[in-house]
Amino acid sequence: MAAAPGVSYPDVFQIKTRTKKALERVLNRFEGRKDIVVDPDLMRPLDRLTGGASFLKENGVDKIFKLDRTDKNKSLVGCNRRMYLVRPKVNLIKIIADQISNEQLRGENRRYRIIMVPRKLFLCETLLEQEGVFGLCELDELDLDLLPLDADIMSMEAPDFFKSYYMDNDLTGLHTVSRGLLSIERIFGEIPNIYCLGRAGKMCYELLRRLSGGEKLITPDYPRSEIGHMFLIDREVDLVTPLCTQVTYEGLLDDMFGIHCACVEFGSEVTSKQQPVKVMLTSQDQMYDTIRNRHFTTVFDYLRSQAQTLQSLSDKRKDMKSVQDMKEFVANDLRQLNQQKANLSYHIGACEQIIGQKNKGDFQEYIQTEHSLLEGSSMRENVNYIEESINKQDSKLSCLKLLCLLSLTLDGIPSKEYKSLKTQFVQSYGFEHMITFHNLKKVGLLREQEVPAGSKVTAGVAAITRSSAFKSLRKRLNLIPTVDVDLRSPCDMSYVFSGAYTPLSCKLVEQVLQREGFLGLEEITRHLPGGVHDDIKLRTPGKGGKAMSNQPGRAAKVVLVYFIGGCTYSEIAALRFLGKQTGYQFIIATTSLYNGSSLLETVMEKSQV
Amino acid sequence: MASANWQTLGRVYYEKMEMYALEWGDQIDLSKFIVAAAPYGGPLALLQDISSNPNIGTTVRPLLTVFTSAGKMISQMRWNSGRIKQLGWSHNEELLCVQDEGTVLVYDIFLTFIRQFGMGQEAKETKVLDVRIFNSYKGTGIAILTCSFRVFIVNSIDDLRIRRLAEVPGLDSAPTAWGIITMDGQSQALVAKGNELYLIDHGGQYQKQEIEISTPLEAIIDMAISFNNKYIALFTESGLVWIGSADLKKKYCEFNTKSPQKPTQFVWSGPGAVVAMWEKMMLVIGPDKDYIPFHHDSTVSLVEEEDGIRIIGRDSVEFFRKVPQVTEQIFKIASMEPGAMLYEASREFERQSQRADEYIRTVKDQLDVAVSQCIQAAGHEFEPSRQSALLKAATFGKCFLTDYNPEPFVNMCQMLRVLNQVRKPSIGIPLTYTQLERLTMPVLIDRLVMRKYFYLAIRICQYLKLPEAEGASRILAHWACYKVQQKNEDDEHLARVIADKMGDTPGVSYSEIANKALEVGRPDLAIRLLDYEPKASRQVPLLLKMKKEQLALNKAIDSGDTDLTYFVLLHLKDSMIQGEFFMAIRNIPEACSLFLQYCRQQNPQMMEQLYYQEDNFQEEATCKVVNSFKQERLDDRLRILAEAKESYTKARNEFAAKQVDEEIRLLKYQRRLEEELHREYTDLSLHETIHKLIIDNSHKMAETLRKEFKVPEKRYWWLRIEALAEAGEWMELEKFSKTKKPVLSMEAFVDVCMKQNNKLEARKYVQRVTPDKKVACLIKVGLLREAADVAFQNRSEDELNRVLRKCSVTDRAVEDQVKGYRQQLATAGKR
Repeated sequence: MAAAPGVSYPDVFQIKTRTKKALERVLNRFEGRKDIVVDPDLMRPLDRLTGGASFLKENGVDKIFKLDRTDKNKSLVGCNRRMYLVRPKVNLIKIIADQISNEQLRGENRRYRIIMVPRKLFLCETLLEQEGVFGLCELDELDLDLLPLDADIMSMEAPDFFKSYYMDNDLTGLHTVSRGLLSIERIFGEIPNIYCLGRAGKMCYELLRRLSGGEKLITPDYPRSEIGHMFLIDREVDLVTPLCTQVTYEGLLDDMFGIHCACVEFGSEVTSKQQPVKVMLTSQDQMYDTIRNRHFTTVFDYLRSQAQTLQSLSDKRKDMKSVQDMKEFVANDLRQLNQQKANLSYHIGACEQIIGQKNKGDFQEYIQTEHSLLEGSSMRENVNYIEESINKQDSKLSCLKLLCLLSLTLDGIPSKEYKSLKTQFVQSYGFEHMITFHNLKKVGLLREQEVPAGSKVTAGVAAITRSSAFKSLRKRLNLIPTVDVDLRSPCDMSYVFSGAYTPLSCKLVEQVLQREGFLGLEEITRHLPGGVHDDIKLRTPGKGGKAMSNQPGRAAKVVLVYFIGGCTYSEIAALRFLGKQTGYQFIIATTSLYNGSSLLETVMEKSQV
Repeated sequence: MASANWQTLGRVYYEKMEMYALEWGDQIDLSKFIVAAAPYGGPLALLQDISSNPNIGTTVRPLLTVFTSAGKMISQMRWNSGRIKQLGWSHNEELLCVQDEGTVLVYDIFLTFIRQFGMGQEAKETKVLDVRIFNSYKGTGIAILTCSFRVFIVNSIDDLRIRRLAEVPGLDSAPTAWGIITMDGQSQALVAKGNELYLIDHGGQYQKQEIEISTPLEAIIDMAISFNNKYIALFTESGLVWIGSADLKKKYCEFNTKSPQKPTQFVWSGPGAVVAMWEKMMLVIGPDKDYIPFHHDSTVSLVEEEDGIRIIGRDSVEFFRKVPQVTEQIFKIASMEPGAMLYEASREFERQSQRADEYIRTVKDQLDVAVSQCIQAAGHEFEPSRQSALLKAATFGKCFLTDYNPEPFVNMCQMLRVLNQVRKPSIGIPLTYTQLERLTMPVLIDRLVMRKYFYLAIRICQYLKLPEAEGASRILAHWACYKVQQKNEDDEHLARVIADKMGDTPGVSYSEIANKALEVGRPDLAIRLLDYEPKASRQVPLLLKMKKEQLALNKAIDSGDTDLTYFVLLHLKDSMIQGEFFMAIRNIPEACSLFLQYCRQQNPQMMEQLYYQEDNFQEEATCKVVNSFKQERLDDRLRILAEAKESYTKARNEFAAKQVDEEIRLLKYQRRLEEELHREYTDLSLHETIHKLIIDNSHKMAETLRKEFKVPEKRYWWLRIEALAEAGEWMELEKFSKTKKPVLSMEAFVDVCMKQNNKLEARKYVQRVTPDKKVACLIKVGLLREAADVAFQNRSEDELNRVLRKCSVTDRAVEDQVKGYRQQLATAGKR
């Protein structure tokens, strides 16, 4: 996303620099040459942080292993010092404990140090104690709260957050979020205006204040703050949006290939190479930056024209007269040109794959159903479609997505339909999904409508038509655009869903920013679970604030939006669009980046066998 | 004249000046006491010497008194422990009392007992003959000589590792003299056995030492090692003093005192002179055989300092030192040093004499040196008036300099202000500038805090602008710790007083103070204080220590730090009976869910129990279901599922119970199928099972299952046609499609065929598709031309467009045709 002219983003990569330094310190505290065993979940973040193995090698790392979750007894060859870099999770600590005690039994003499990310937990210490290896290993921690993935995206890279917070009520993640916010405030100054949506939002805000209380600044120096506003959005406030099928290019790439740490891996079907190719997806790649937020239908044309431009550029070579020209071309342009060409071909390949996928089967009908669920129309047909999909054993994730949307838009699926759909689902995909339904209910994605006792008559059709929170929000916020949106040059955030739906989360951000607070939004906020809270210290003049001497400068136009519980690329695209439209600059922070399918996968009961 | 009381020792000047008139007046006769004084202007400890007075029985307890250097009493107690062999001070100004059986008792300056330790079994058994307390590279060390003539040494009283030094060969009586030398990071003992010298170390090595001496060596009866461990002086039987380097390799001089009597004290005064003391006679011996004799009118005690010796007399404390070089440069008579000139100039200037100008002119090229000298010299002065005279001279000189760095001047002023404050008789720390530089300011502040001069310490911190965390707030914390020990104030009041004073100063740890309060047995005060502690991670462990579990749990939860909550929870779990523990946490949802999370990962059984106890049958059932997946044996699985079903029934969740029941039945069927058909069916879903049965041609069994599980007809149809298509049973499929009342539309048949990529079969069914779906189906099977025709027949522009979108480059003909149709429709529409 190119920044608006004249203003630049606060440099979020400062956080990365700091974390990298912290890692350097952690590595060097364990003197001498050592091997490092890395949690598979941390492989990619570590890679993004260090930019390659050479950094580790420079800091005394000899060999790098991936922590193998399956084989506990495998002996790792390596030197006599070993460092583990892991998330503090029970199962991982157990594996480490097993490895250590096995090696001890074999008489291998080694020093161990376990680095827990982002902090060491008492729980893990007790576990090590129980396993009898506490005395054998030293502990340390690496404070990796937020990893900047792009100029405007930071992520905690904790896909487990959603499950552990919403399903298991584990508040550990919130603490990490708040610590991340604290690092942000330390670097960019205290943020004057904070808007919390939902329970987790407020909790994080309070935690942040409590954490920063220990080192109170005398008076907040707002003119030096680089960020003027912050949104803390509990994902619970808008569970609908992540389940919608993405149609921006970036969103589709995530849906189809999976983007991890701003990096996508294309297989041979895209690249026609044997080895999979990793492509970085950041704003540094200019071409990608132009297409990432576009509606997919307009991407292919752009790529085609780009291909022509590149061709003409390489044709230049034929016109070259002198050796000097040639030399210059080879020295300067050729490499870049080839790189661009390669990238372009990957993206074209990816597009073809996507088109192929979208043309297959009943994608149109699926989208149709999704849209009418959002609009709240033709419920009977929607239910039938879902039922048929289950019967036909279409992808279970797609069916689940629709089921969840059905539940979310209606505040629960009417009892009769719920039972029938659940039975069919379990019959189709297996009994373990009984637990999946249980989990989905806990996280609030899918539940049975509660029928008021003694009103059996009103059940059935009446239940379908009754009002729901989403219905009210849809109406009051005009989430369903009434006019067609030109997908080529969109005028509305809803373009990220083909003009059928404006993402609720982003719409709320827009509305709150307009008012700098929740005043006047009572009719809307009362439908949001967990309520809202704001802390406004600096109003922009003209929005009820007086011009003050300590007015934040450009910061007033910089907005940090933290999605607690994760967000999708579509939402980011929508906010980027909103930024372009209104002159705000949005920085997105999130616990993780996902799409509907990967989100559901985290709560789905995995077949054990 | 400044140099009036200077005395020459060879070419060097020494001076003796009075520091304090002792507050104890002349009431104390030092000869009746064992005296121990701490260096760096530290306190004095006096113990009544009862051994020398045969009139006093052993039952009498001697008095132990601690004074400041100015003779102000700090504390006093009657000694009621064992026999003290030696008194001494550690580098932290702790009083070390070494008893004859090797026990060392440690007190602070208020004679509050801190701790004690022993010097080993051998010392205990054979008793201690002699003790040396010395400065080692690691702090303060203690060496003891046992009655069996072995030396045991501890290099630091904070790190008790007792080492035995090597034995001196043939030592069958007490050594005539001994001492500890610290060199190259190692402490060794130098032991004199008559006229033989041995150096022994803890590595078990001994080395016989030879020294260069003009006359045959006689027995060495005393030795003194200089403060910096670089020089040594030996005293022989006939009164010869040998001065040399500590390694005994270099001799500086031999000096014959002609005194056969061993001196009562034999010490170094700074690195430049040795002082021997006999009763009231003091002899200062220089390295070049020069000497100055002194006579005192009473017994005095000598305290070695880095840069001289303190002389504690009956009614005054004096300091004897080598005149510092800069002082000498300025005040020596007829000195032509720039500093001296500047000082003169400044004095003349004060007198408004024009000679000031003349003096300045003589040094104008070296004015910066002159200013530095005056500043330095000011530092060495004790008398404030002389300090200021010198500083004035420095400022005067600075006026003529344009770019003189003001920092040394400002620093010196600050240091002197601090020094003058602590030197006051009321405080009584007579530090010299040289000593302060070695001691460092933070240590001085610590010493003030230890003497409970909190206010002065804070003012010094503020004056020197030290960072709050290491300065003022640290002192406040000490103050508070001291405060909580005052038992006469009530908890509430005290907590408030402390909080008022400390506020939320950064770096203050209320938990430390609370811990102190707890140590002195005031738990209520501790709790009140903990309320002010902003960091929950510090509150909680202390609350647990006080057995305030509930409070600790609440605080931990409030902090939002789950790790802390776990800390409390696991602590509770271990210290309580399981049932009680469940009861304790049941009403705290945060604690409950955290504990459940813990159980889920580590102890699923306990989770089930918890739910059971809570009558939460729904969750209990869910646990059981999850558990069933982990069972390897089918029987176990069935059993657990049956239990789950029961729990669901208890939870009044009939629907779930029914689903579990179905699963149980399905599993049983699958087992039967496996036995009969010898194929794998277990763990397939119902749908998959039937699908597999159809493919495997067991239609009858499929039908049974359909009936058993009431599979809806539509689903069964889907199942069937997909399975048939997958199995390639095209005939069967066609037959099925011609059933009288087809439940599925013909598109479904098209779809399943296409799924297997069988266009030919698919096309059979396209003909039977209803007109409105026909175009879509034709497109699906790739019959674009026909699709176009039908679309045209339907007169649907939408459908035509849909066809058009599917046209690729090879379908140019179709594309044209569609465009034609569209044209026709358009013209028709216009009409």
